[in-house]
Amino acid sequence: MTSDKTSSNGHEPHTGGVRVKRGLAEMLKGGVIMDVVTPEQAKIAEDAGAVAVMALERVPSDIRRDGGVARMSDVGLIKEIIAAVTIPVMAKARIGHFVEAQVLQSLGVDYIDESEVLTPADEEYHIDKWQFDVPFVCGARDLGEALRRIGEGAAMIRTKGEAGTGNVVEAVRHMRAVQGGIRRIASMRPEELMAEAKHLGAPFDLVQEIHRTGKLPVVNFSAGGIATPADAALMMQLGCEGNFVGSGIFKSTDPEAYAKAIVAATTYFDKPEVIAEVSAGLGKAMPGLDVASMPAGELLATRGW
Amino acid sequence: MTILRVGVLALQGDVQEHLLAVRGCGAEASTVRTGDELESVDALILPGGESTTMSRLLKVFDLEMPLRERLADGMPTLSTCAGLILMSREVLDGRPDQIALGILDVSVRRNGYGRQVESFEADIPIAPLGVAPFRAVFIRAPLIEEAGPDADVIASFGDNPVAVAQGAHIGLCFHPEMTDDLRLHQLFLERAAASLEVSAA
Repeated sequence: MTSDKTSSNGHEPHTGGVRVKRGLAEMLKGGVIMDVVTPEQAKIAEDAGAVAVMALERVPSDIRRDGGVARMSDVGLIKEIIAAVTIPVMAKARIGHFVEAQVLQSLGVDYIDESEVLTPADEEYHIDKWQFDVPFVCGARDLGEALRRIGEGAAMIRTKGEAGTGNVVEAVRHMRAVQGGIRRIASMRPEELMAEAKHLGAPFDLVQEIHRTGKLPVVNFSAGGIATPADAALMMQLGCEGNFVGSGIFKSTDPEAYAKAIVAATTYFDKPEVIAEVSAGLGKAMPGLDVASMPAGELLATRGW
Repeated sequence: MTILRVGVLALQGDVQEHLLAVRGCGAEASTVRTGDELESVDALILPGGESTTMSRLLKVFDLEMPLRERLADGMPTLSTCAGLILMSREVLDGRPDQIALGILDVSVRRNGYGRQVESFEADIPIAPLGVAPFRAVFIRAPLIEEAGPDADVIASFGDNPVAVAQGAHIGLCFHPEMTDDLRLHQLFLERAAASLEVSAA
């Protein structure tokens, strides 16, 4: 363990430890976490079988369209969404903005997403997540980035993809990079691990842990461009443990149907007949963007390191 | 003697941890997402996760009725957290469409221990396990408000039960699958095997 804020033994209840932080993410596995911008959307998501909701002011495709500075959501809105549903509520803080994170923790959100979808507050340093009792999920494009965030205390990783595009290509690229990186370390000889840690820019102890266990020490969901049930199942077959779906649900023509279908496709990811059945008559998916033709300045995934 | 085949309900949640725990005890374990898979197992673990999500998938994929039938036939279960909510007689503060299978004689309140920042671990004594306490991990855990006469309370924390046994069923507010301590899984396997007159491993 890198550095847990607290430790205890005995009969006194111990809150905010690594096990309960990482543990909540374990409970979300095999599920779908949906972006919502109103309490009504949060209820639709819960009714459809979401395992958690991400409370936002605007979904990523609208943030992308509107431009300007995207910040933590309105506090009143987050409170309303917390009051509207019984499932866990997540909310986003800007990269490096530890005061937004303090505010979100005080509101009682269940997970904080230190997210590249918002405009970064610090281009050099991410939040020291060990200082918080609330767990954090962070984005990553490859294994090195994932391990740096875990080293800073992230209790869950999501591959970044490219949010708000409805295009799964970056989500696939990042998931393959993380999974490939894990397989590479697992096959190494012990004396090769330090060089690999240097190459990845990753904490050595975490590289050693992956060598020993063959997996990330925290749960890894996919995110950023999942727009259809088949997209969700693709990411599961590529090795993710659950899906974040942002604009893909509430920017489709029938959000309720899309939400239910993506939940079913995440559970039955390896059963094409089920994916076919739930995909029938869904209406139009969200409009997609070609990531390859986007100017570099519009890419969200390159925020953070 | 036939060997006990344990299924883990795999609609959503921490399925893998339960599979590893059962295999760690030397028993066979497989996932259950379909009626056929449910038919093929002798005992079932209902894992942690979101009870609303599992409820909905049980209904949509026509698993609720087969599950109720297997339970009526006496299939042993181990249920943790969300699984306990599904197995309970009554869910307070639940959603109206939420499934309560009515096997365990307990009334539970969802998220009764509070939100995630209040999730905690503690060492608790569990009667059938002897003197050494069990490191219990509670994550947005359900609170057992009341255990009826059919449920045998085998552990409490503060004023509330946190573990009950009822025939071949064990229901827990916490997550033994999140620790390396296999004693509760072992206890479940022994009781399940005894009730079915098969070998645990």
